[in-house]
Amino acid sequence: MSADGSVSTNSAVKPNGVGHPLWLLAEITYKCPLHCVFCYNPIDYATYGKELSTDEWLKVLKDARAIGAAQLGFSGGEPLMRDDLEIMVAEAHKMGYYINLITSGVGLSEKRIAALKEAGLDHIQLSFQDSTKEMNDFLSSTKTFELKNRVAKLIKQYDYPMVFNCVIHRLNVDHVGKILEMAETMGAEYVELANTQYYAWAHYNREHLLPSREQLVRAEAVTDEFRKKVGDKMRIFFVAPDFYETRPKKCMNGWGNLFIVITADGVVLPCHEARMLPGITFPNVRDGGDVKSIWYDSDAFNKYRGDGWMKEPCRTCPEKEKDLGGCRCQAFMLSGDATNADPVCDKSPHHQIVLDAVAKAQGPEKKVLAIKPLTFREDKNSRLITETEGSAAYRE
Amino acid sequence: MSDKPALTLEQTPKIPKLFRLQWEEAQQAHVLLYPEGMVKLNGPAGEILKRVDGQKNIADIAKDLEQTFNEPDLKKDVLAFLEIAHERGWVRFN
Ligand code: SF4
Ligand code: SF4
Repeated sequence: MSADGSVSTNSAVKPNGVGHPLWLLAEITYKCPLHCVFCYNPIDYATYGKELSTDEWLKVLKDARAIGAAQLGFSGGEPLMRDDLEIMVAEAHKMGYYINLITSGVGLSEKRIAALKEAGLDHIQLSFQDSTKEMNDFLSSTKTFELKNRVAKLIKQYDYPMVFNCVIHRLNVDHVGKILEMAETMGAEYVELANTQYYAWAHYNREHLLPSREQLVRAEAVTDEFRKKVGDKMRIFFVAPDFYETRPKKCMNGWGNLFIVITADGVVLPCHEARMLPGITFPNVRDGGDVKSIWYDSDAFNKYRGDGWMKEPCRTCPEKEKDLGGCRCQAFMLSGDATNADPVCDKSPHHQIVLDAVAKAQGPEKKVLAIKPLTFREDKNSRLITETEGSAAYRE
Repeated sequence: MSDKPALTLEQTPKIPKLFRLQWEEAQQAHVLLYPEGMVKLNGPAGEILKRVDGQKNIADIAKDLEQTFNEPDLKKDVLAFLEIAHERGWVRFN
């Protein structure tokens, strides 16, 4: 008997080479009281069909669990906007899911957190969302800070670890020190300072949001200092934007590899941004296809599985196992073709696009670079942009 | 990597409350679930962690395994695995 503790998160491979969808993200609603300029929801969300009902969700959760989904994230929009969240959590718990709630905290009353705990919710991630008004409120200890602080207390009172996530970008990156202090005051045990990824609304607003190199260096230094000061009490993660890298990330650990997203209106996706890709029809659970056949057999899920779809330079690249050519959505957004290498890669013939964007982002923080105004994620803008720009809104 | 002192047989491991060990039918393996993550355990690792209940000390766990699997001496293996598990935060000692 050897107990070397060899482990893996993605070796759950079936004979035909396709792994289980271990991670299910349920975007149960696109309703949201906030209007983040970096929102990762699709730009055209306001034009989507009706939300799945409670029963439809329960069936989907059961089907996904049967083919191996074990981690479940409830997100949105703001998942607390659905008053049947408690029912879904309770049923998902009985099915054996490990359940994460990704929330802005808006709507998390003591009554609801008590009910969610009782229902079997395992984990809460409190996200700090908005960029301008909310950030100002937060930094000046007014309304938003009060709200987050109250929710943080509830989270601790109900015996959850206090996990705090803040999206970082050009407009708030200089406040990282202050944000960390606030997080400490709130008793955060884990803090993730994740730079915006440039999809959807964040892509649309990128010129406003991409920080300069100097800003990043400073913010990381501040974060390091803070880490030293607080020691083990707080674990802090700082994620830099991939625009400053020369190799892309292995997006979603590979297309249709272990991650599955089901949207509010029932569309099944390999990642929360993939819906923008042209030429792919993503199946909807309402059209009779069950999750199992969608995951294993649909054209959409097989389209970019493995590396058979690759072109040069990826096809013959010695590093292709490492990153699988990066992100299909980023490749499409920046180069116009999802089968290209992710332009973050410096071997990509489109890498100049990334370099240009980065070059544009240098210089004084306050410099107004953008031609377009900062656009807030809200129903009105969603409809307007969809009507006037259509799918071009997703392109460079 | 670790600056933690070596474990002794008298210590009693427990699984932190954020972690959940469960059998996954689809993967035919024990997995350890934690916020936004999961590790798939190999057979022996699963058998050891299954016996971690916050009551049994390491010697008890080894004895239990020796009896179940009819093996002469597993103390070393159990210790070695629990060192790793401890380093990665899957078990705690009070
Ligand atoms: S990113 Fe902001 S606007 Fe978008 S769903 Fe989350 S909280 Fe709402
Ligand atoms: S060329 Fe393609 S596979 Fe190679 S490192 Fe770049 S993105 Fe990855």
